[in-house]
Amino acid sequence: MGIDNFIWELDGWIIVAGVLSAVSAALLGNFLVLRKMSLLGDAISHAILPGLAAAFFISHSRNSIPMFLGAVIVGLLTAVFTEWIRGAGQVDEGASMGVVFTSLFAIGLVMIVQAADNVDLDPGCVLYGAIEFTPLDTWLILGFDVPRVVVVLSVVTLINLLFVVLFYKELKISSFDPSLSTTSGIPSWLMHYLLMTFVAVTAVASFESVGNILVVAMMVVPPAAAYMLTDRLAWMIVASAVIGSIAAITGHFAAISVPAWFGYHSTSTASMMAVMTGVFFLLAALFGPRHGVLVRTIRQRVLALRILSEDIIGLVYRVHEKQLTTKVNAQFLCESLLASSVSTRVSLFFLARKGWIIHREQGFDLTEEGQKHAEQLVRSHRLWEYYLINEAGVDENKIHEHAERFEHFTNKSLGQRLSDATDSPSIDPHGSPIPPLKSDHNDSGS
Amino acid sequence: MIDHLPIGPMLLGVMTLFADASSTTSITDRSVEWPTWENWMRVLLLRDYNTRVVVLGTTLLGLAAGVIGSFTLLRKRALMGDALSHATLPGIGLAFMIATSLGYDGKSLWTLLSGGAVTGVIGILSILWIRNLTRLKEDAALGIVLGVFFGGGIAVLGIIQQMPEGHAAGLESFIYGKTASMTTGDAWMIGVAGLTTTLVCVLFFKELKLLCFDEGFAGSRGFPVVRLDLLLMALVTIVTIVGLQAVGLILMIALLVIPAAAARFWTDRMTSMMFFSAWIGAFSCMIGASLSAIFPRLPSGAMIVISSATVFIFSMMLGPKRGVLIRRYRRQMLNRKIDRQHLLRGLYELIEQRPNSNEKVDANVPVSWDQLLQIRSWKPQRLTRCIRRARQEQLVHQETQSSVSLTPAGLEVATRLVHDHRLWEIYLITYADVAASRVDRDADRIEHVLDAEIIDQLEDLLEHRRDVHGVPNSPHVDPLSGNLATEPRNGNR
Repeated sequence: MGIDNFIWELDGWIIVAGVLSAVSAALLGNFLVLRKMSLLGDAISHAILPGLAAAFFISHSRNSIPMFLGAVIVGLLTAVFTEWIRGAGQVDEGASMGVVFTSLFAIGLVMIVQAADNVDLDPGCVLYGAIEFTPLDTWLILGFDVPRVVVVLSVVTLINLLFVVLFYKELKISSFDPSLSTTSGIPSWLMHYLLMTFVAVTAVASFESVGNILVVAMMVVPPAAAYMLTDRLAWMIVASAVIGSIAAITGHFAAISVPAWFGYHSTSTASMMAVMTGVFFLLAALFGPRHGVLVRTIRQRVLALRILSEDIIGLVYRVHEKQLTTKVNAQFLCESLLASSVSTRVSLFFLARKGWIIHREQGFDLTEEGQKHAEQLVRSHRLWEYYLINEAGVDENKIHEHAERFEHFTNKSLGQRLSDATDSPSIDPHGSPIPPLKSDHNDSGS
Repeated sequence: MIDHLPIGPMLLGVMTLFADASSTTSITDRSVEWPTWENWMRVLLLRDYNTRVVVLGTTLLGLAAGVIGSFTLLRKRALMGDALSHATLPGIGLAFMIATSLGYDGKSLWTLLSGGAVTGVIGILSILWIRNLTRLKEDAALGIVLGVFFGGGIAVLGIIQQMPEGHAAGLESFIYGKTASMTTGDAWMIGVAGLTTTLVCVLFFKELKLLCFDEGFAGSRGFPVVRLDLLLMALVTIVTIVGLQAVGLILMIALLVIPAAAARFWTDRMTSMMFFSAWIGAFSCMIGASLSAIFPRLPSGAMIVISSATVFIFSMMLGPKRGVLIRRYRRQMLNRKIDRQHLLRGLYELIEQRPNSNEKVDANVPVSWDQLLQIRSWKPQRLTRCIRRARQEQLVHQETQSSVSLTPAGLEVATRLVHDHRLWEIYLITYADVAASRVDRDADRIEHVLDAEIIDQLEDLLEHRRDVHGVPNSPHVDPLSGNLATEPRNGNR
């Protein structure tokens, strides 16, 4: 089956189910990620097994409601036990979670094996998620055949949305600052367990309809991707829902088209949706506008190059000022500024293109424009040295390093205040002249 | 997670192993049949070949996982094994696909495990990458890798199922584990891997220990922190991958976490924690595997987790270092000591404040019960209990029904307590510039934990010479008028 076999009546409903499951999980997942409890969704979905089994033993049926209740109760117990072992036993949170969910899972397993003959829980079906069978089981609602899964997930999504909207302020404050929340009358433990309840409900509802991989991935990955994109909680929630939905839609298409490229049939939709969230996370982590890895790296590189360029014109200025006979070539610059030869050459290229320096036979020289910039830079450096000694009382041996750093971050207004604070001296602590502000470009070069 | 639901394969494993024992009973029979004496002996003495392999194999695995787990627990990486074991799945599937399409035997264990190791390592590197380069925390990094890689693994398995050679090829046993059908080869592999990792842990014990407790310090002392971290992760990977095939995802996580967490309650020393953890892991694996061999309807993987969880609860309650009970007991002892000290000091000060006491506080002066009740906000029952305990220790006398007095021994203790209390008050007033009206409460908190050495230092510092009573006067009370002083007297300097 390739992309040609796409049938709206079937695949449309599958996508709808995937999107609903993604949105309901991502809504709550934001708070799990912010509370550093990202693995709780995974833990709860492991741990609900004994709840399902116990409900089956008590009710002797595969009726959804007792199973649902049993699973939610055990899901909550997971949170309670984890908290108890962490508090009373002083065990690290991750470890206490690991102890609780594996133990509960094992208990559930033993219970289920005892009843194996009566429970036709197909492991494969639960594992991969039965999302492909979504369109087969329908309810008649308002004259339309709506798949049962879609109805259930819509309700869960709506409840989660209401919870997040109604308790937005409380969730926000208790996630960021639990003690402030408690002192302002919102018990953070209450919000914790309320959130846990909704996580358990969502996990159980989705486990039944779309499989668990999807829930675990959707609770962590889209919120984490959204966290890379924005600093505001409201936007993060919206972005996570959008990312989750797009991942669900593209995931279904990927499930039917990607294996076809290699000559196979389609693969499981839920797992491809999980993989797609990973792809979107990678994109967000790399290209996020403020916190993306690539953007941050580029920003650092650009800053490093800018500082190096400023250091270069400053050095050329000083060489000419002291009328040294040194040949100012790239190698000399590299060695004096402890920079790599590549970045020095790149800086020189950009400086030449801006028209700040020109290459002459005896080495690099500043143009008039370059001279102006170099003077301001050296002025700021020497003013800082003066200021640090006379106003801040910094030791004379240390002022150079400080000034070296400050000079690159001194803009016009700060420079003005600096020269006001120091009464515009003309000689710096080392005895070198401080170039005047906005001077005419006197030809100290050559 | 339900997604690892190992019912089918587990049952199959259990059934094949005990085909002879349970063939007479129907599988639909829910009652657990009590095994015969013969069965007990056969399992416990490891007479059965299969049982021997399973029990020894899992025991070795528990031992190795316990050793590694104690390091990862202290490094707060307990759930790293969780993410790692999920991340091996796509590698196992891809290795099968590639090997099969190249015409090799895709089911070869080494092929599959090396594939799993490759994606496992990629998973770990992704976790480290996300944690170090983005602003996300470790837990989110684990969750992302777990979810995405496992999704990828299931997607690959979904494709394999459609291959003619495939039909899942038993690859799902990596998720479910097939403890009960462990082969001699598996046991050998676990044994070799377990011994190697344990040996490496012992060789690099000092370095790994430093890494767990103080990474920054280790770095500043010139230890290659990053390489050590990678070494630890490599050890976790080896143990996980070897164990995965034998016992499955969930059990592997449990073996890495539970024994180490349980061992932490027993000791504060890294070396002994490692030993405890190894023994707890080995012991619970042995018990779990044996139980499952004796009772055919108990899956061994789950039984191993349950028995280690039992050991964990036991340790958490009774552990002599950090156990819940011992800590509660210690707190209670401290509370009793504090109550006793309050009682004695209260008696002393009440006697001292009497106008006719002649500046001499003496034993056998009765103080009424009501007065004692008023000096602190304690409940009557608590005071009564406190007095009863003090009487048993011969520190106070019950004069009448409603009055108490100090015995000579009690007086001695009370004198020392008041002495310490007032020294601290004077210290606070003189050196810490605390207002005189507040020092009583501050001193009240610390007096119970002042030891003799500090008192000596205080005495030197304040140049206190023992006066007639051996007790400095209270900074709150003017000794001439007996009234509360408005200005604090500046100590005895």
